[in-house]
Amino acid sequence: MEGLVSLAVKAIFVENLALSFFLGMCTFIAVSKKISTAIGLGISVMVVQAITVPANNLLLNGLLKPGALAWAGFEDVDLTFLGLITYIGVIAAMVQILEMVLDKFFPPLYNALGIFLPLITVNCAILGGSLFMVERDYNFAEATTYGLSSGFGWALAITAMAGVREKLKYSDIPEGLQGLGITFISAGLMALAFMSFSGVKL
Amino acid sequence: MAQTRRSLLVDPLVDNNPITLQVLGICSALAVTSSLQVAFVMALAVTFVTSFSSFFISLLRNQIPGSIRIIVQMVIIASLVILVDQILKAYAFEISKTLSVFVGLIITNCIVMGRAEAFAMKNPPVASFIDGFGNGLGYGLILMMVGVIREFFGSGSLFGVTILETVNNGGWYVPNGLLLLPPSAFFIIGLIIWGFRTWKPAQVEEREYEIQSVEAH
Repeated sequence: MEGLVSLAVKAIFVENLALSFFLGMCTFIAVSKKISTAIGLGISVMVVQAITVPANNLLLNGLLKPGALAWAGFEDVDLTFLGLITYIGVIAAMVQILEMVLDKFFPPLYNALGIFLPLITVNCAILGGSLFMVERDYNFAEATTYGLSSGFGWALAITAMAGVREKLKYSDIPEGLQGLGITFISAGLMALAFMSFSGVKL
Repeated sequence: MAQTRRSLLVDPLVDNNPITLQVLGICSALAVTSSLQVAFVMALAVTFVTSFSSFFISLLRNQIPGSIRIIVQMVIIASLVILVDQILKAYAFEISKTLSVFVGLIITNCIVMGRAEAFAMKNPPVASFIDGFGNGLGYGLILMMVGVIREFFGSGSLFGVTILETVNNGGWYVPNGLLLLPPSAFFIIGLIIWGFRTWKPAQVEEREYEIQSVEAH
């Protein structure tokens, strides 16, 4: 249990997907102009991440790993090379299902998050989370924790970024640095601030 | 054709660069640039995937039904990325270890999807191939620029060959450790964007709020 807590803290702060691995940067930069939309997107990423990472973990251990198909009589079949295509398929399918479920049972939530859901399929943070899960060989409990907390970390980063940008638009910025340029530089400063967490020992 | 092939290839380098203007593909651009060799391999891989995925998607563009086009594009892109991944694992294992998840992340690299959606679905195969290639090069250009700055000033070498002898090895150059850390990539790209936009003022974004000058009394 202690291991899981420290894993969660690490995934949220020290190894923040957005600010130390630069995952989901395209949406991070493009959709961080207003706090309300940033929160909506952040929550959707968190939900999708919390579902897809454990789902991909189950698939990896149940189908793809060498020897995982032993129950079906294929002892030495190694399907890990199909990993990438499987994960992206799961993500695309999950996003689609989530969209339909929200539309049917939680219309207000669907109206709030609906426009972001298709964006999430191509968000590198989601696929990145699954790939880190594979690389670090997490078990199911760890994968669930990692999915939830890394999604939360991403949501935290984009909300903070949107807060900075809402204030930033009133400031006097040199012509060429307007918009994208200054956004990058402020993201860099935020990443520096997040790095200070790496000294935290758990 | 409105655009000549030459402009398809050259435009994405500066005038319509995928990273500095279209804001695509930043995800991986930042993480792999702390050493030039890795950045170079990544640029090659992305150029390969963008040009061929544009080519194949454009070949199939009249057969793909609109409602499932994203999935079809994903499958084509993912197959090409698996190819790249397997080749890297076989012939450049060290580099593939350093790149770790970022090879897989080419699938969700917005440049690939962006060009497939915006260009390859509407244009013939050869033009799409050139467009994909040009955008890959534009991405590679920024990647190499950032890579050169980070490796040269961060560890005093280029492509792993020592140019400035660092203090630790008995030389005189004190390496700038910040440049090896992730945040430096943000600053460098921000400054590159500033440079590009000073050079090409047409790319400057409009101010959202005009700042009024107040007369002094």
